[in-house]
Amino acid sequence: MYNVIKQVAGRRSVRIKRTSLALVGLSALAAAVSAQAETLNIVSWGGAYSNSQQQAYHEPWMEKTGDEIVNIDRSANGLAGLRAQSQAGNVTWDLVDMLPADALIACAEGLIEPLDHDALLADAPDGTPPSEDFVDGALDECFVASIVYSNIVAFNTEMFPEDNQPSTIADVFDLENFPGKRTLMRKPINNLEWALVADGVAPEDVYDVLSTDEGVQRAFAKLDTIKDQVIWWQEGAQPPQLLADQEVAFGSAYNGRIFNAMMSEGQPFEIIWDAQVFELDGWVVPTGKLDKVKDYLNFATDTQRLADQARYISYGPARKSSSGMVSTHADTGIEMTPHMPTFPPNFATAIPKNDEFWADNIDELSRRFDAWLAM
Amino acid sequence: MSDSPSAPLTTADGVPLKVSLRRASRRLKIKALLLVSPLLAFLIIAFVMPIFDMLWRSVDNPEVSNALPHTVEALENWDGESLPDEPVFAALAQDLKTGQEARNLGLVSSRLNYEKSGMRSAVMGTARRLSRIEPPYKTALIDANDAWGELDTWQLIERESAPYTLSYYLAAVDMQYTPSGEIVEVPDYLQIHLALFWRTFWMSGLITLLTLVLGYPIAFLLANLPARRANLLMILVLLPFWTSLLVRTTTWIAILQSQGVLNDVMVALGVIADEMRWQMIYNKTGTITAMTHILLPFMILPLYSVMKTIPPSYMRAARSLGGKPFLSFRRVYFPLTIPGIAAGGILVFILSIGYYITPALVGGQSGRFITNYIAYHMQTSLNWGLAAAIASILLFVVIVFYMIFNRLIGVDKVKLG
Repeated sequence: MYNVIKQVAGRRSVRIKRTSLALVGLSALAAAVSAQAETLNIVSWGGAYSNSQQQAYHEPWMEKTGDEIVNIDRSANGLAGLRAQSQAGNVTWDLVDMLPADALIACAEGLIEPLDHDALLADAPDGTPPSEDFVDGALDECFVASIVYSNIVAFNTEMFPEDNQPSTIADVFDLENFPGKRTLMRKPINNLEWALVADGVAPEDVYDVLSTDEGVQRAFAKLDTIKDQVIWWQEGAQPPQLLADQEVAFGSAYNGRIFNAMMSEGQPFEIIWDAQVFELDGWVVPTGKLDKVKDYLNFATDTQRLADQARYISYGPARKSSSGMVSTHADTGIEMTPHMPTFPPNFATAIPKNDEFWADNIDELSRRFDAWLAM
Repeated sequence: MSDSPSAPLTTADGVPLKVSLRRASRRLKIKALLLVSPLLAFLIIAFVMPIFDMLWRSVDNPEVSNALPHTVEALENWDGESLPDEPVFAALAQDLKTGQEARNLGLVSSRLNYEKSGMRSAVMGTARRLSRIEPPYKTALIDANDAWGELDTWQLIERESAPYTLSYYLAAVDMQYTPSGEIVEVPDYLQIHLALFWRTFWMSGLITLLTLVLGYPIAFLLANLPARRANLLMILVLLPFWTSLLVRTTTWIAILQSQGVLNDVMVALGVIADEMRWQMIYNKTGTITAMTHILLPFMILPLYSVMKTIPPSYMRAARSLGGKPFLSFRRVYFPLTIPGIAAGGILVFILSIGYYITPALVGGQSGRFITNYIAYHMQTSLNWGLAAAIASILLFVVIVFYMIFNRLIGVDKVKLG
């Protein structure tokens, strides 16, 4: 045992020496870089989404200004991170990509800056001010949206015969005609909405029904019918992987991730647009960081940049003036418009995510959902 | 305590011997303390303070009294049985106005929403509409949000205005306050934590047992094989031990998933049909398998270090005195290894109670631990008070386990090498 410990200790100290040397080197390098230009720590979601931001905003900005942009993939815990940094009195994030519901809470806690949109953001090319150019709900007190994305269910076309492919959200709950495992996000959000639609509730009535206890029971009863066939995912990268491995036949996912797997990996996936739950996503500025990032924010939310982003991922731009400029996919050259959540045929039965409903009910419904899962 | 005239024995310079000795030993103690002070400081900053902070957070309840001071004051004379009167509503309107300007309503709205769904939009929505609200405030606020017209909203605010609360602990054991302040169980469909505590403990116990059953023979071989082969075996034990936890966990995913290596082999051999593949991961089996493997070295190494010190002559003596192999093992060898079993057992058990990455990755729904809910409340629901309460309960239970262990086996008998 003693020998073993000595060996381990020996190795450790070598490793520690190397790491600390590397750290010294790195910090010297960092100091050299920051002497020339600013370093912006930008928090986002990682994966294909961060990549689209890298291509559409970060690289042109770095080329233009010489700034260094550091990507931090922490948006999934963005609100927790902001709180922790603010409590510790050391906010290192300069700009955070966040959902509007979290932004609302962060704003009320004073963690992020209120924004004067018309003063801060760029006008549309034809001179329309931002407050009129952005889509409804895109500009909130402390929030500026950049994209419209959607939560959808996708399936692997190879797992069903050609003459019997699923097409509606009800098919996801139909184990008889469409057998196989499903993967759904381990949260009540979206799943309760879909369960009700699959049970016959009209998409526009979903939140009214969910506001009653009978409605919640009805949704859980519908989820009960597929419960033992569901693998619950927690990271956005999981559903495309599970679908590709044919571990599951259906998977709920962010539409951009599925699109990305279809385009760049040639996966045989298809999206069920029926009852898609769409919402916005965008930027918030941590308190005290506005001066540092306002130029970048102006650049990254202008009409051209938002239209450019749609060349790398199938999320709709949050500016009306960008919609007409959406062109083709950067790698494959296919037309992007039909892959957008807002494309009219995709949008017919879309459900706008109700942030106020979820802000009020997330605590209790999450607990109920967890208890239901554990049963 | 310096020069004491009553002391007869003195040193050469006249100081009493007792005092002189005490001084000398105090100097030594201070030196020793200085030597360990970096470690002590580190322990206090990195270990003791966070634990007290956690215990503190699990009862700390400043949100309501901080954000709604006037309302709380106005509620002091309220009878608690009917809706409060206009002055309370006016105080609330004033608090919401100040809070909206100072941006500190987020915490109180979350705090109240934990106890009563709908309070988040009641607080924040009303605050946003406040510029349009005119006296009389009672009708205006009830008009702005129905929650202000409900008796239990006011009972909630009054109850949670206390500086400390038990409601996080109640939530952690699936209980709650009724609006009138009694403590009751939450409805069935909200019960979750107790079952998870229980699952964490029995699965950790099972994992400990499995590591013992698997690790004991390996440790025995390590201690008794010739040096060259024992070294090779030791490398086989240590290599996984040095490998990243995540790598080992994801390797199990590759092996156990239904399109994974093991199922493929079984299908190829014709043991199972293609559509009858075993579900060995994303459930309890996954958690138990992966954690047993990951924690195995923590059992083997203490066992090995104890077995290494048992002279082979003991077993030979037992045999030569007429003991059959099993009897000699049971009566002579096994009792000598108990300190190793105890050390490995308590190490694996306590480590596995605290694991959360592996259960999160391979446990699916049925194989998660209470620790996964601590992480969930820390990172996702942001209910840090509840996370602290659950973690504190876990801490108490571990301490209780440790005390029982100490009573039964004795910590002084534990050998780690």
